[in-house]
Formats: sequence, structure tokens, C-alpha cells
Amino acid sequence: MKFSKLIYSFAGLMIGTALTIGLSAPSDAAEFDLAKARVGDGIPKSLTGKPGNAKKGRSTAIHRKKGNCLACHTLPAPEQADHGNIGPDLRGVASRYKPAELRLRLVSAKTLNPDTIMPSFHLKTGYHRVQKKWQGKTIISAQDVEDILAYLVTLKEK
Amino acid sequence: MIGRKILSVVAIMGLGIIVGLANNASIAFADEAERRAKDPRNKNYVVGEKKSGYVYMTSQTRDMQDDDFENSGFPWVDQGEEIWNKKMGTVGKACASCHDAASKSMKGVANTFPRYDAKTKKMIAIQAFLNRHIIDDMGGKKMKWESDGMMGLVMYVKLQSRGTPVKSIINDQNRATLAPFLAKGKKFFEQRRGLLDLSCKHCHEDYAGSLARSNVLSMGMPNGFPTYRLKWQKPGTIHRRFSGCNKNVRAKPYKRGSEEYTNLEFYLMQRAAGLKWETPAVRN
Ligand code: HEC
Ligand code: HEC
Repeated sequence: MKFSKLIYSFAGLMIGTALTIGLSAPSDAAEFDLAKARVGDGIPKSLTGKPGNAKKGRSTAIHRKKGNCLACHTLPAPEQADHGNIGPDLRGVASRYKPAELRLRLVSAKTLNPDTIMPSFHLKTGYHRVQKKWQGKTIISAQDVEDILAYLVTLKEK
Repeated sequence: MIGRKILSVVAIMGLGIIVGLANNASIAFADEAERRAKDPRNKNYVVGEKKSGYVYMTSQTRDMQDDDFENSGFPWVDQGEEIWNKKMGTVGKACASCHDAASKSMKGVANTFPRYDAKTKKMIAIQAFLNRHIIDDMGGKKMKWESDGMMGLVMYVKLQSRGTPVKSIINDQNRATLAPFLAKGKKFFEQRRGLLDLSCKHCHEDYAGSLARSNVLSMGMPNGFPTYRLKWQKPGTIHRRFSGCNKNVRAKPYKRGSEEYTNLEFYLMQRAAGLKWETPAVRN
């Protein structure tokens, strides 16, 4: 158990080092820079350099410890009870926004509305009194952002 | 061609079922919300824009609060009454030895906490005040903030104010002294915190009445504490509630009885002025 963990973290270290040394593929290991990524009202490029997986995105969006989007939004997920109504209904949201705009809202809704209650799902800094276990972390990973985005893009008005 | 048609018919049927389900859920919610909104009891729990947490509870939870035999907070109140009447400490006196019947001497007292403490030049919450009283004046032992005994005693004392309005304790004489504490409490309430980066105000003012999944967000009023919470299966102090709301946004909580929470409680008390005391309230 311990040994395999060691190998994993060693592999992680190698990948991390490789990235910092020069591979430019964006990834979680590389520091995400909102100012650089943002273009107008959106983030046009995938945070992972690849498209996300909509099916995974759906479950990450619903997961209480990850996206927990249902705390505030309605989604077309009738198997889930109790959708929140703090934010707008997300059914049809892809007909209202382009993918780049949706990505910026996921990463940092506060960029567009500084007073918003919607958390910045992929920002590490700028917080007050974060609990120790969450310090230096983002709510969801770059991969999660791309997966949820791939799911949101399927939510077209019928 | 035909295959495609069948598929889209199936898809439309599926959609119909999904839309139907979503509608049913929202109808059930609308029913409960309407029942809540039309409950004739509301008038005792709403003053102008201010609403007690009672208004946001299900009818069942309200029924529990309203009936002293059903209200699960009362076993603690009973324990508090025993402590009130029991001789304690080296001085050998009970609370009742000096204060006689709580129903007279403690009426309206709930309102006066947190109060200014000239000794520490800070605000002091009722739990800290009682502990000092018990240790310094009665030669007794400190009770833990969230212990059954302390909770019961506070609930028993506050019960004597039930039905009386929460009043602001700020007046022309003490305004200059109290203003900085009030300002600190308000600042805490409005400050974003934790990884989710939310302030108390976001949930309890901007979106009060909205649904956060199955929770209806209330205005975060303090007038029922210590409150019996069904989720806790016991009563809890308002500082426990603060701690829970802090952790929910992934923020580091403060200690019960800390200056920060005491100032926050003081701010909430002034903000609640006009509502009536409900201790022991029952909440989901
Ligand atoms: C704590 C509440 C909260 C949570 C959690 C939350 N949102 Fe939001 N969201 C809002 C609010 C409120 C708005 C309205 C716009 C604003 O305030 O900036 C919004 C707006 C949006 C919009 C724009 C919709 C429109 O029609 O304008 C999208 C897209 C969105 N949210 C997606 C998500 C996704 C996906 C998640 C989960 C990963 C999520 N939100 C989690 C509160 C929340
Ligand atoms: C993410 C949303 C959220 C945030 C932020 C939040 N709370 Fe709460 N709070 C809740 C929920 C949900 C409940 C339980 C339902 C209710 O009473 O609103 C609650 C309950 C309460 C209650 C109990 C009300 C009653 O009638 O029993 C108080 C008091 C309270 N919160 C104060 C605060 C304070 C002070 C802060 C900031 C330190 C805060 N809350 C931050 C969601 C939140």
C-alpha cells in the first residue's frame, strides 16, 4: 500500500518536474493564471489542452463534495431530489452562452460579477481563513472544469 | 429514416417523463412553500422585513416548537431548572438563593447578552458571564460551553424571556462604548470567507428564502438559541451554529466564546430587534 503510494508520488514528481522544465501542456501541475487565460468575457482554451468528458462532468457537477451545483441550480437530473434555486435554472444554458463564457463562469464567476454568491471553482488564492485541509487547493481540478463544461455544453434549449 | 423517427419519439417520451418528474417535485415544494406562507402563526414571527427562523421551518417542526410537551428542548430546560435550585460551590448557595423565582428575576435577561464587560473591556456572552459568576461568587466549578448543564441553565434563564421582544441594548449613554463591537460583528457578517468564499450575508440576507438544495435559507436570526436542532438530536448554542456555518464554506471556525463570535452574536441580536424570544426553538 505505502510502497505503491510512494511510486505514485514519485511519478507525480517526475511529471511535475518535466512540466516545469519545459513541456508546455497546461495541466493541474502547472499554475493556472486567470489573467493570461481570460479573453474578454471568456476563457477560450481548455485548461487541460483537451476536451472534457460530458458523462463524467454530469456526475462531478452533481457530486456534493465536488461541483455541488444542485445546491444552487436546477439541472436536468430528475433522479436527484431538491435542486436549489439560488442561481438560475441551468437547463438550456448552452443556448445562452458560448463554451468560453461558461468556462470563465466556472473558473471564476466573480470576474464577471464581483458580488456573486457563486464560488470560484478553480481559483487557488484570494481567500480569507480557508480551513487547513483546503489551503492552496481549488474546489475542483482543471479536468473537472473541462468535464463539467463538456456537460454544460449539452444543455441546449429544446 | 424510420429508425431515427422511433428514436426521437423515444427521446421525446423520455423528455416528457423527465419534465413531468421535475414538475412534480416543484409542485410539492410549491405546496409546502404555500402552506408555510399562509400559516396563520407567521404573524407572531415576522416584524417588518425581519423573519424568525420559525417562518422557514416545516409545519411539523413548528408544531414541535409550539407544544412544550413535544418540544425536545425541554429535558434540557428541566435540567437547567434543577441547577438553578441546587446549592453549589464552596459558598453553598444556589442561583435561587439570591435571585428567587427565575420567572420574575430572569424575565427580559435574555436580551441583555452579549453585554459589555467593564472588567475585560469586551463583550461577554451569557455562558462566559455565568461561569465567572459561578466561579467568583459561588466558589463553584466552570461548566463547559456546550455541556448539557450549561446549555440547560442558559435555556432555563432565556425561557423566562420567551414571547418578549428582542430589544436593542444600545442607548445614548453606551453608544460610544458599544459601537466598535457592533461594527466588528457586522464586518464579520459581511466578510467573505473560506474556500467557497461566502459571507453570512450572502446566505442570510441576499438569498434568504431561497433553497440551497433541501434547506430553505433563513435570515440567520438568534432569537431561539440555544436551539434544539433535529439534525443534531440535541440543543446547540449559537456559537456552535456559527462554527457549522463557517465549516460549511470551508472556513476555519473560531472557538466558542471567542471575541469574534461574541461580537457576531451581539450584532445579530441588534439586527433581530423586534422579533420575539423563542428559546427553546426547534429547527430542522
Ligand atoms: C452558492 C451558489 C452557487 C453554486 C454552488 C453554483 N452556482 Fe452557478 N450561479 C449562481 C448564481 C447566484 C448565478 C447568477 C449569476 C451571478 O450571480 O453571477 C449563477 C450563474 C451560473 C451560470 C450562468 C447562468 C445564467 O443563466 O446566467 C452558470 C453557467 C453556472 N452558474 C454554472 C454553475 C455550475 C456548473 C456550478 C457547479 C459546478 C455552479 N454554477 C454552482 C450560484 C451558484
Ligand atoms: C452557504 C450558506 C450559508 C452561509 C454562508 C452561512 N449560513 Fe448560516 N445557515 C445556513 C443554513 C442552510 C442554515 C439552516 C437553515 C436556516 O436556518 O437558514 C443556517 C442557519 C443559521 C442560523 C440559525 C437560524 C435559526 O433560526 O435557527 C444562524 C443564526 C446562522 N445560520 C448564522 C450564520 C452566520 C452568522 C454566518 C456567517 C458566519 C452564516 N450563518 C453563514 C447556511 C449558511
